[in-house]
Amino acid sequence: MQIGVPRETRPRETRVAATPKTVAQLISLGYDVVVERGAGVGASFDDAAYVAAGARVVDAAEAWASDIVHKVNAPSDAEIALLRPGASLVSLMAPALSPDLVEKLRAANVTAMAMDAVPRISRAQSLDVLSSMANIAGYRAVVEAAHEFGSFFTGQVTAAGKVPPAKVLVVGAGVAGLAAIGTAGSLGAIVRATDARPEVAEQVESMGGEFLRVQIGEQQVSSDGYAREMGEDYNRKAAELYAEQAKDVDIIITTALIPGKPAPRLITGDMVATMKAGSVIVDMAAANGGNVEGSVADELVVTSNGVKIIGYTDLAGRLPTQASQLYGTNLVNLMKLVTPAKDGQLVVDLDDTVVRGMTVARDGDLLWPPPPIQVSAAPAPVAAAAPVAKAPPPPPDPNRKFVLMGIGAAVFALIAAFSPASFLSHFTVFALAVVVGFYVIGNVHHALHTPLMSVTNAISGIIVVGALIQLGVSETGDSSGAVILALAFVASLVASINIFGGFLVTRRMLTMFRKG
Amino acid sequence: METSIITAAYIIAALLFIFSLGGLSKHETAKDGNVLGIVGMGIALVATLWLAGRSAEWLNWGLIAVAVAIGALIGVNKARRVEMTGMPELIAMLHSFVGLAAVLVGYNSFLTGSEDAVHSVEVFLGVFIGAVTFTGSIVAYLKLSAKISGAPLMLPMRHWLNLAAGVVSVGLMVWFVAAHSIVPLLIMTAIALAFGWHLVASIGGGDMPVVVSMLNSYSGWAAAAAGFMLGNDLLIVTGALVGSSGAYLSYIMSKAMNRKFLSVIAGGFGSDGGAPKGDVDYGEHRETNAAEVADLLTNAKSVVITPGYGMAVAQAQYPVAELTSHLRQKGVNVRFGIHPVAGRLPGHMNVLLAEAKVPYDIVLEMDEINGDLPETDVVLVIGANDTVNPSAEEDPNSPIAGMPVLEVWKARDVVVFKRSMAAGYAGVQNPLFFRDNSAMLFGDAKERVEDIIKAL
Repeated sequence: MQIGVPRETRPRETRVAATPKTVAQLISLGYDVVVERGAGVGASFDDAAYVAAGARVVDAAEAWASDIVHKVNAPSDAEIALLRPGASLVSLMAPALSPDLVEKLRAANVTAMAMDAVPRISRAQSLDVLSSMANIAGYRAVVEAAHEFGSFFTGQVTAAGKVPPAKVLVVGAGVAGLAAIGTAGSLGAIVRATDARPEVAEQVESMGGEFLRVQIGEQQVSSDGYAREMGEDYNRKAAELYAEQAKDVDIIITTALIPGKPAPRLITGDMVATMKAGSVIVDMAAANGGNVEGSVADELVVTSNGVKIIGYTDLAGRLPTQASQLYGTNLVNLMKLVTPAKDGQLVVDLDDTVVRGMTVARDGDLLWPPPPIQVSAAPAPVAAAAPVAKAPPPPPDPNRKFVLMGIGAAVFALIAAFSPASFLSHFTVFALAVVVGFYVIGNVHHALHTPLMSVTNAISGIIVVGALIQLGVSETGDSSGAVILALAFVASLVASINIFGGFLVTRRMLTMFRKG
Repeated sequence: METSIITAAYIIAALLFIFSLGGLSKHETAKDGNVLGIVGMGIALVATLWLAGRSAEWLNWGLIAVAVAIGALIGVNKARRVEMTGMPELIAMLHSFVGLAAVLVGYNSFLTGSEDAVHSVEVFLGVFIGAVTFTGSIVAYLKLSAKISGAPLMLPMRHWLNLAAGVVSVGLMVWFVAAHSIVPLLIMTAIALAFGWHLVASIGGGDMPVVVSMLNSYSGWAAAAAGFMLGNDLLIVTGALVGSSGAYLSYIMSKAMNRKFLSVIAGGFGSDGGAPKGDVDYGEHRETNAAEVADLLTNAKSVVITPGYGMAVAQAQYPVAELTSHLRQKGVNVRFGIHPVAGRLPGHMNVLLAEAKVPYDIVLEMDEINGDLPETDVVLVIGANDTVNPSAEEDPNSPIAGMPVLEVWKARDVVVFKRSMAAGYAGVQNPLFFRDNSAMLFGDAKERVEDIIKAL
């Protein structure tokens, strides 16, 4: 099948849905790839690079006429008209906020997959474009802030005087927030962060930020990995915290987004008014209405008290090369998932939770919203229903050993009671020798097992002692005496073989062992 | 007074035997240990001759001299001539002699000794253990020297046969003690001989290291039983020493194969594993040649050689030793990894390598080398199979599952020297041969190693 990568038409969009690197990966999955002329210019990829990677460079109409179209932004109405019925479209769609778009795609009989509707489960992380874009945007937000900020981030003591470090407040510690915390921290600023989910405190601290806790009983435990709207009480307490911080900090970066809802208004005009002149606010939610009162999407606003409010919505696009590469890789990972045979045939398996979650329309059917899936991004709140663990098999009764030993001792005592004294004294010797044998052999070097065995062989030849005594004391007069002599003779002979053979062969072996 | 001196001599001999075994636990003291054993034996023999000589006639002296002389001659001859690869057979044969001597001494003791019940029981047990050791060792000898098949003999109801032999023997013992007649003793001897034969015949060739050390233990118990019937403490001590040390060795061996000692004795290993399962696709193996292996070795920093019984069969220890010294001169770190049950006798590989003058300090045990294998460049598997089989760790259904193995597959490259793709003694297919980092070098191990030396 053919994958088409058209040029992005949205104003100020610099990204592209495929880079030469990801084109090669798509081809290795069995697809043909066509790229619209000049599609990669904004991200510094020229057409020749795509051709070198194996793609064909074509005009817009041909790219749009492909079986599968990869895009960054949602298509315009004109673009939807270019799609072939039955084709597939993969792009950002914000399906919850744009029901019109979803309906148009459905009507166009297109299989539409929204890259921004990937379920937040571990398996889908490699195609989670929100994470990859947010990471870039968070970094860029700090860079933009630093650009507008009139001072150093890091504190310095110089010959010309002391420079205080900048204080940065990051509101919302999602992927973008964490990236911002890390970037600001590495520039030397003092970074503080807040989030409605107390469990992210650890992540904030791991990035070098200080987590400011909103002191309240209500705690949000997210079951799908995204933040939710908070209760009245929480909001009031949080507002007090922001108001207090606004007087102190130099830079505020807000990242609070709730999927499918307008962005929550966190920083009010009053708070902005209390900030020092020259302070910078980056409102990363400006596209969805903004977290900050007075922010304007895609604009830099300077308030009457000299605070700059940055409302850029294309923060990720301001790093177009890297953003395109990451977005393209997300797409490649998606294609890997839906091309199980690596034969260039798209297989949309709606039983797969990841595919189901992303697919908003297919064959004229509306598939949005997907059935909710519960994932374990946070500990599940229901812990009560834990099944009762099966009792492990009872350990063997420690007393059993002693009981057995006791029985053994009793039996032995019984036998001993009916035995002559001479037997018992012999038995004492026997028992002790057995124990000695175990201990003597216990730590023998593995390599010496064979010599050890041949020496014990020689030593067991000691049975010759019995044979020799019989051979020496036998009467030779009658026939039974002759039998005894004959038996003893043979016994002495074979036992002697053992003694001489065993010791000699041991000696032979041992002389061969030598150190290097 | 004479008796006291003889007893003292026996005590000294017994102590010397203990020190002898103790000395053999380390390389540094092993030779001294052997000497102590010889001295102890000499003292014991002189004391015994003195004891026997008090009533001996010229005829007795003559018989003693002739018996010992012939025995010594045969023994020295065998010990001089035996190939190190034939060591398992020799040891099995020596065990059988102890068993035979115990049977004969038992009969004599019956013919000359007292008639009380305790003595009768001692005679009976001594003959029983001796007879089992005798035939068991003969079967082990025949299996090890490949005069009979190494496959386990699987009689129907074999466990019941063994049990019946035991029960009947106990009955016969009661009869024997009550009647003091030679008839039950003879019947029991016949049963014990058959029992010993069957016991070892039903154990597969792969379990031979355990069997040999088990028979070692039996020969000790036979000597101890003889000591009881003769009232001789030296025999008791020595027999008990050998018996318990042999038992402990068998235990170590069984543990090295992750088998229960009892299940080894019960026999049948190597039969339930069956032929390699045909329905499992292991993929293709890759063949290599001597020149490539020589190349690989020249560029390696560290090489581990894991030999198995195949090296003994091919008599490849000499070229392997030569290869080792070649590589060591070039600065390659060459070591040997020995699995506890490699070969057919505990410690068999060490003896072979020592014979070929491989220094013992580069010959390491499995546990010592396993940790280093992931950092090893090349592993040469020479005639080993089951001891390097990854399915022991990875396939819970494998017949050898859970057996500790040399983890050679973790090395960068593995070269397997093998005559063909046949399965090992346990009859289990080895996925190692099909790994991406494995290459097979077919043919006689000795010739192949010589080819590699030439190519170097």
